[in-house]
Amino acid sequence: MKIETQQINETVFITEPKDFRLPEPLLLDCGRVLKEVNIRYETAGTLNADRSNAVLVTHALSGDAHVCGRHKPDDRKPGWWDEMIGPGKMVDTNKYFVICSNVIGGCSGSTGPQSIDPDTGKPYNMSFPVTTVADMVRAQKQLIDHLGIKKLLAVLGGSMGGMQVLQWAVDYPDMMQAVIPIATACQFSPQNIAFDWVAREAIKADPNWKGGDYTEDAVPARGLAAARMLAHITYLSEEAMSRKFGRSLQDKSARYDYDFDFDFAVESYLQYQGKRFVERFDANSYFYITRATDYFDLTAAAGGDLEAALEKVKAAFLVVSFSSDWLFPTSQSKRIVDALLKNGKEVSFCEITSGYGHDAFLLEVDTLGRMVRDFLHYQQEVYHE
Amino acid sequence: MNEKRNMDFNSRRDLEIISALAEPGSRILDLGCGDGSFLRKLKDEKKASVLGVEIDQDSIVRCVGNGVPVIQGDLNDHLDYLPDKSFDLAILSHTLQETRRPDRLLQDIVRVGKRAAVSVINFGHWRCRLQVAFKGKMPRSSQMPFQWYDTPNIHFCTLKDFRVLCADLGIRIVAEYPVSGRYPGLSRRHPNLFAIGCVFVLEAACR
Repeated sequence: MKIETQQINETVFITEPKDFRLPEPLLLDCGRVLKEVNIRYETAGTLNADRSNAVLVTHALSGDAHVCGRHKPDDRKPGWWDEMIGPGKMVDTNKYFVICSNVIGGCSGSTGPQSIDPDTGKPYNMSFPVTTVADMVRAQKQLIDHLGIKKLLAVLGGSMGGMQVLQWAVDYPDMMQAVIPIATACQFSPQNIAFDWVAREAIKADPNWKGGDYTEDAVPARGLAAARMLAHITYLSEEAMSRKFGRSLQDKSARYDYDFDFDFAVESYLQYQGKRFVERFDANSYFYITRATDYFDLTAAAGGDLEAALEKVKAAFLVVSFSSDWLFPTSQSKRIVDALLKNGKEVSFCEITSGYGHDAFLLEVDTLGRMVRDFLHYQQEVYHE
Repeated sequence: MNEKRNMDFNSRRDLEIISALAEPGSRILDLGCGDGSFLRKLKDEKKASVLGVEIDQDSIVRCVGNGVPVIQGDLNDHLDYLPDKSFDLAILSHTLQETRRPDRLLQDIVRVGKRAAVSVINFGHWRCRLQVAFKGKMPRSSQMPFQWYDTPNIHFCTLKDFRVLCADLGIRIVAEYPVSGRYPGLSRRHPNLFAIGCVFVLEAACR
């Protein structure tokens, strides 16, 4: 038994959260200034001598800085993209220096609505300024400067992470060799905005929410769980749900209960997902982050013209979508690809065949991973050219 | 499309011919690029800036592995994502016969490429003719190993047919490079009968 534990300990990849306090207040898109901004981040691997092996990973709506490895050897779960990133994995931390930071407005260590407003000494709650994807990226840029990295090898991420990737490519074209936006879009669609609205309405309808001024012992758990359940449906596909749950009942021996408690396996699953989410996520943060994605429109600064918006990018692109993703369908990725081609930029594009829906970006590690691995390898070869 | 494109270059005379047509430092498009090994070769040997279009996911993954930029796309769709004259050379090799509307693809390829190199398998080769004439069966060969019912090759033509189509579409044939079988001399003199295929260099006719 002892030996077994020893073996496990040796193979556990340990990562640790770090904090970076921005030296200056951060001017936001909304015109307000955020003071004493903290960025929670993690790194894995070692930055090489000429600082050419840094890969920035950007997280999705409910993600955090803990991208890979475990904080403690006996942690039940590793970081959110541990299957993809780590020693000897597709994004090999023996080769690359991987950085991931929690977005501002979040609730996993970076400054967000739960943080104390230095002006009042109380938590911001809903008085936190509305932040955008560009604000998130602006803060990350300062972290990269702080780490002494002039040019990242790559920025990669899926979903909301992919929006940050695109924003990086547009706002700081000289700061990376390559970008990999996955299962994302250049702007949030009306359908996406609609889902976010309903999710926030669910939180608002929870009497515990109290305009955002809830206390730790009475959080709007039901509202936030409902929001998460709704969102979770959009991450799956009809096929994935049929395959995973079918119409099977939660209690297999039972017949229908003819009431409105959960009878079906899929109901029980959503219930579980909602409950787990409430344990780790802040309802006010849900407002701010979903709002940031709602406002995301890469074309806005160029008067709605995507081609013009992408005119100045310099990075080589690898754009990936998934066939059953109806939240960020392939057509959205193709819009980006077309605009890049029209600009004569270097771009590769693949729609990976998958039944997992939007969640595929976390699950299709084999195909996506191979492509990411090979793309990074090649981009490192041409990094210095 | 893929098995045949991933073979070694020695057995593909047409690719040698196309390779010789590629100017150093030029911008090259390969439609139906397979695993990208041909584009990789052009990239290394000609310092060309390349792009592939391919439909098959595994081939795309291998293109990325070869360091070749590739776009997933169906050649049966319009290539409207590629701007006019955005390539010095657009290549289509042993692929035209697999498309639903070769005429539309040819119009597209001379639009996106300043020049196009289209390599065509010759269905008018004497062996094909003999197989139909004497066996009374659809021709099969090492180039065309499929049965009539499972073949991806749905639009075979003879070299003569191809010339007629180009004339009808107003596409100018700038050069023809017959790919010879056993009789190089005869291939040059009577390509439609003796060449196993041909690389046509095309341009959109000036209007």
